[in-house]
Amino acid sequence: MSSVSSSAYPDTKEPAAERTPRPEWPLWEIFIRGQHGLNHRHVGSLHASDAQMAISNARDVYTRRNEGVSIWAVRSADIVASAPSEKGPLFDPADSKVYRHPTFFDIPEEVGHM
Amino acid sequence: MAERPSTDEALFEYLLRLGDNCLILGHRTSEWCGKGPALEEDIALANTALDLIGQTQLWLSLAGEIEGKGRTADDLAYKRDAMDFRNVLLVEQPNGDFGQTLVRQFLFDAWHLPTLQALGDSSDSRLAEIAEKAIKEVTYHLERSTDLVIRLGDGTGESHARLQRAVDALWPLTDELREADDIERTLAGDGMAADPDALAQAWDTHVSNVLSRATLSRPEDGHGRYKGSGKRGRHSEHLGYILAEMQFLPRTYPDASW
Repeated sequence: MSSVSSSAYPDTKEPAAERTPRPEWPLWEIFIRGQHGLNHRHVGSLHASDAQMAISNARDVYTRRNEGVSIWAVRSADIVASAPSEKGPLFDPADSKVYRHPTFFDIPEEVGHM
Repeated sequence: MAERPSTDEALFEYLLRLGDNCLILGHRTSEWCGKGPALEEDIALANTALDLIGQTQLWLSLAGEIEGKGRTADDLAYKRDAMDFRNVLLVEQPNGDFGQTLVRQFLFDAWHLPTLQALGDSSDSRLAEIAEKAIKEVTYHLERSTDLVIRLGDGTGESHARLQRAVDALWPLTDELREADDIERTLAGDGMAADPDALAQAWDTHVSNVLSRATLSRPEDGHGRYKGSGKRGRHSEHLGYILAEMQFLPRTYPDASW
């Protein structure tokens, strides 16, 4: 990962930094379990200085409309992600393998939507 | 139910106090909308303001019902002048910096929650019902303001200094929360409202405990005693400006609707 330049014009020489930028609170990813016994689902991210504040902020930012019964907060820095450039090798091989999808079973009408 | 005019009059006054505290603090807090020190805090402040305005509606509706002159919550919120408002002086104080807003909220929450908890057991089921609804919201308000007071009081030199300044400035205004008058004593005697002495004790215990955890010093009582009394309608100049902004629309365009 390359570090993000603070200047919008990286080739232009910046005036000597008179002040150090104010440190930001770390970023947290928020997961909320809905009312219906579902899995925790990613709902968004927010800034907070520590875990407790992350939960408290998540309550204010993401659960105002009765969305959840449980909140998880994970520091964004702790999330390991696949690289977008590896999309091909990771996902394409599944493309032509229709037999991996359970589409060959006859489902009785009465079962309805599965 | 037997007619007890004196109790009803006291109850009407008391409900105005409950409703007006929520209304004025809710309005003050809403002034932060879009200007909070962080996005998350901005949303939290707006949530608090909305909770309080929601509670206002319940208290003032009941007040209008008990008064029996057909006034709605809107009539009471938008068509009274400053001297008819019964909120404590603390809640009409300007927002100042974030420290002052936070300390104002904390000192109020520490009174608000035990008040509602006592009202939850009120002999009057109408009060108990509203209190039950509000308790959940206010429990969170107090948790949040307590947490932030400790974080910022015991934070950097700058945040500590700002919080201490706010505590010193607002402290004299808390007398009014802790000193009961005849209206509160009458209702408490009837089992309708909180016992004022227990309430003052609960406030004191929580506030003292949090101030010491926040490394803030507790100002001495009885200094700079404020002469006004919002509960009796004697307000600071700030209230008039709040009402001017809040009441402008319904007074200029009566019965305007969405």
